[in-house]
Amino acid sequence: MEAIRNGFMAVVLAITTTMTVGSGSARAESLGWPEKEELTFGFIKLTDMAPIAIAYEKGYFEDEGLYVTIEAQANWKVLLDGVIDGRLDGAHMLAGQPLAATIGFGTEAHIITPFSMDLNGNGITVSNAVWDAMKPHVPKRADGKPEHPISAAALKPVVEQYRAEGKPFNMGMVFPVSTHNYELRYWLAAGGIHPGYYAPHKGDISGQLQAEALLSVTPPPQMPATLEAGTIYGYCVGEPWNQQAVFKGIGVPVITDYEIWKNNPEKVFGITAEFAEKYPNTTLRLTRALIRAAMWLDENDNANRPEAVQILSQSQYVGADAEVIANSMTGTFEYEKGDRREVPDFNVFFRYFATYPYYSDAVWYLTQMRRWGQIDEDRPDSWYREVAEKVYRPDLYAAAAKSLVDEGLADAADFPEFGTEDGYREPQSEFIDGVTYDGTQPNAYIDSFPIGLKTGDRL
Amino acid sequence: MGKTITLSRATGVSSLPAPVRRVMSIGLKNVVVPLLGIVLFLGAWSLAARNIDTSLGQFPGPATVAQQFVSLYDEHRAEREKAEAFYERQEQRNAERVAQDPSYEPKIRDYTGKETFFDQVRTSLITVMCGFLLAALVAIPFGIAIGLSETLYTAVNPVIQVLKPISPLAWLPLVTMVVSALYVSEDPLVPKSFLNSMITVTLCCLWPMLINTAVGVASISQDLVNVSRVLSLPPLTHVRRIVLPAAVPAIFTGMRLSIGIAWMVLIAAEMLAQNPGLGKFVWDEFQNGSSESLGRILTAAIVIGFIGFLLDRGMLTLQRFVSWDRNSATR
Repeated sequence: MEAIRNGFMAVVLAITTTMTVGSGSARAESLGWPEKEELTFGFIKLTDMAPIAIAYEKGYFEDEGLYVTIEAQANWKVLLDGVIDGRLDGAHMLAGQPLAATIGFGTEAHIITPFSMDLNGNGITVSNAVWDAMKPHVPKRADGKPEHPISAAALKPVVEQYRAEGKPFNMGMVFPVSTHNYELRYWLAAGGIHPGYYAPHKGDISGQLQAEALLSVTPPPQMPATLEAGTIYGYCVGEPWNQQAVFKGIGVPVITDYEIWKNNPEKVFGITAEFAEKYPNTTLRLTRALIRAAMWLDENDNANRPEAVQILSQSQYVGADAEVIANSMTGTFEYEKGDRREVPDFNVFFRYFATYPYYSDAVWYLTQMRRWGQIDEDRPDSWYREVAEKVYRPDLYAAAAKSLVDEGLADAADFPEFGTEDGYREPQSEFIDGVTYDGTQPNAYIDSFPIGLKTGDRL
Repeated sequence: MGKTITLSRATGVSSLPAPVRRVMSIGLKNVVVPLLGIVLFLGAWSLAARNIDTSLGQFPGPATVAQQFVSLYDEHRAEREKAEAFYERQEQRNAERVAQDPSYEPKIRDYTGKETFFDQVRTSLITVMCGFLLAALVAIPFGIAIGLSETLYTAVNPVIQVLKPISPLAWLPLVTMVVSALYVSEDPLVPKSFLNSMITVTLCCLWPMLINTAVGVASISQDLVNVSRVLSLPPLTHVRRIVLPAAVPAIFTGMRLSIGIAWMVLIAAEMLAQNPGLGKFVWDEFQNGSSESLGRILTAAIVIGFIGFLLDRGMLTLQRFVSWDRNSATR
């Protein structure tokens, strides 16, 4: 108790000092004053909201003349509606949310993102009973511990057994257009389990057509409780809710998204297109603050992570126990109780150009929406490119990053070469099923999966 | 009298004079017995707590709750210090900006940090009071009107009977949608969330006051009504001099019922709608799922109970103060 309190006071002190020191403002004129100074940002209690908390606690928002209130939201739907109706000025969003909103799957609104928040950071957890059943099918290493990554092929016999007994195999994910939904589907499909299709043109948005595993929505913080209650047998969620299951002894994380797709893009910071147009200086400045926060989080080989953990464990942010958050934030991940492994890149906030909003990341999410039927008919490759360009705004990011470099607050080497960058990553092949992804060829990519809708398919 | 004293001397149990004995027996009844009850309760609670293991750790006992209360207070203090630093920085920043950009009108913004437990308690109290007062403003005049006119009473009674049992949780979505549709302003005077909670509270605590007022007014003694008739008092004077004083005990009984309901409804509404206040505090802690969460939730629950108790006592005191019939309300 005393230790926690002292730690808390130390954090407070450290923050106050950095804030008073770092309030130079000579740069203000060149950037233009913010048009809107009082902002409210929403977030969901997940460790990947860290850039927002850090930008606040380290005074980066205030350095930009922005007075930001940070509010936890009950679920992703409430958060998105908040941004659309203006109750929130911006929010920590699932990468699929701005895309889906812009193309009109779900609530339609033009949302853009000038800043990608992180890479990786999710995991898939199954209940203890399911783990016991799938364990015999998992290959072992010499030391007797399971060989990673664990394929969903080990889960397939368990799902079949449940189905044979007439029990639906329910799993939780956090939102229909969430990274978690696509990652869980990717993993299941790669192991031969059909996660089901959406058919919005027929009014079916349950995503369970032809499904062997039935996926449904549960808000992240409620995942462990829902698993414990037996409503679902497994889930895919961000941290700390996988590690929470280990601590509570109610489930076993079987795989992280890092192993499903190495360095996959995760959350983004979403604002409305209208906001960016109406308040260009504010948009630029908030992007600058977020970039600085991301830099701080990854600085000196994650040296600041323990402090970040203390901040995130405060009740107004993530609020889980510091040791639970620390488990993943400091580069380790605990699978089965006691099976703690190094995953240094489990949470990446800045390195590998993590915060740059690549068009190819947007296109990947769109291909998955098509694969599972959320986009119900074929679209030409050019359409994918257009949507990505409408939603992802590397131009805003570049302007913010350049101004930071000019002021000596950032190093140009930490950013992509803005002059030549076209926004498409080189083809990536580090997926669990070995399929190569090339963002410039979305339709060819969609056709390369054994499970999933292909060109010409319509339910 | 003399005989009694001798008798008690003879028994030797109490050689004290009668008044002292009476004070002692009252003291025994009003202090020692309740204290014993509390001690027994605490004992049973901590015994039970020790045997309940949840996935968030052991169920909090009295000691944990006391500890959490202290730590909540410490957090409150720390947050106040942060707020002060925030205002200082803001003034400094405003001054710098004015120096560079003289057209700028500096403005002091409210602290943007988190609301502490005590801030949430205050928010809840303000909300419940506003909701309750609004309900009273509507219910009492309307109650008097339907109490005076039997026709009116018969007309509105079915509607009231149906509206009365509606749960706050059913009102809440409706209120939220209506408020966000009607209450549109660039720079709102009060936040929408406050209005949502307040109106939900009003809708739920209106009915006991309304019904009790009506019943109280309708059952005034016929003698009093006759007096008024004999003096041929004008209607307003009749209400003010005869009806109101006679109905005060009933009105206050309704108000006490209402404030109890208001408080319970508010917590539920805040919890469901994530509106600032104690309900949100409880829900946030539940979501956090840290090892301290249960202790904090229980602390909040006890504070909620205490405040409910104080509100009820406050209403009772007020009733005793304004009522002519001191015996009408004792419990």
